[in-house]
Amino acid sequence: MSGSNHISRRDFMKVTTGAIGGIITAMVGLPVIGYLIDPALRAGSKEAKIPIGKLEKIPVNVPTPFSFTRTQVNGWERTGTSYGGYVIRKSEDPKDILVLSSRCTHLGCTVNWREESGDFTCPCHDARFSKDGKVLDGPPPKPLNQYTYEVDADGNLLILFKEG
Amino acid sequence: MWQKIYQWLDERLGLGDMYANLLDRPEPTGNWWNTLGSASLFLFILQGATGIFLTVYYTPSPDHAYDSIQYIMNGVAFGWLVRGIHHWGATLMVLVVFIHMLRVFITASYKYPRELTWLIGVGLLVLTLGMGFTGYLLPWNQKAYWATTVATQIAGTAPLIGDFILKALRGGPDLSALTLQRFFAAHIWILPAALVGLIGIHLYLIIKHGESHFPTKED
Repeated sequence: MSGSNHISRRDFMKVTTGAIGGIITAMVGLPVIGYLIDPALRAGSKEAKIPIGKLEKIPVNVPTPFSFTRTQVNGWERTGTSYGGYVIRKSEDPKDILVLSSRCTHLGCTVNWREESGDFTCPCHDARFSKDGKVLDGPPPKPLNQYTYEVDADGNLLILFKEG
Repeated sequence: MWQKIYQWLDERLGLGDMYANLLDRPEPTGNWWNTLGSASLFLFILQGATGIFLTVYYTPSPDHAYDSIQYIMNGVAFGWLVRGIHHWGATLMVLVVFIHMLRVFITASYKYPRELTWLIGVGLLVLTLGMGFTGYLLPWNQKAYWATTVATQIAGTAPLIGDFILKALRGGPDLSALTLQRFFAAHIWILPAALVGLIGIHLYLIIKHGESHFPTKED
């Protein structure tokens, strides 16, 4: 038989068993990879405009806190997540506004405005941010995040919120 | 290259010896009925793998069990496939294990020196049925709930200790979160651990004694 195109019965069994085993493994194994990483692929970024309030009611030059809650569906469960921030009107000009997130850029704790020292402080690692969000002291790697905003025809301040 | 890697591993692990001693053993003349044990083992491994993957999303709590399975079926990519294999594999495994037992009985393979293999095999059959029984409750739908109500009630009709068995199975007088949780623990930890242990002994005995010959007309 040697030198011919024929393969021995034993080799045929080996190859067939290996091939069938490989096909079965792939048929189960490949979908399972998709099954396991599915939630990571699913995280779609949803955008929403969130009304904060009438611009005329927000005082000028005083960081004014706001907060809102977003409901997310995670698998079979709904989770409410709270977000917050500060609106700072630098002047009467409706375009001269800064909307800061109160989420510390270090590890995600919530910063608070302190009127007496005029800065935002983070309770977790004593980080301090200036009134316009720049890092003054502590471990944060970058300034406080800013929300994009718009003022509609009725004078409502809306912020653009991106999930994730 | 591969040859070298294999040699390096073989020197340390003794792969060649393992193959020679465990797998390269004489078999009786080919008969498809003799493959049912291997089929059972394959199904056990398949059930183990798909079961482990199901626990990634399944939640054994009355509040979430049903919803989490709905999510597996409709929300997760290929969730229907993983659960489908586990669901039908379970039925198939009970069937294959049972036919395996019938074959051993009919060919009288349980005789000396293989009595222990047979006894452990009966234990494996009982454990397989236990896996089916505990797994049936986990979807926490109407069928699962009432099937377990009835089955635990049947166990409760045993004389004298019936009431105790009922409460031990249910974790109390009624079906509750405790029942679901203990069925889950039995299904993914206790019974599989017992199965793995007994399968190990079962396989050792088969390797030690070899497979029995198919009876001839003179037998």
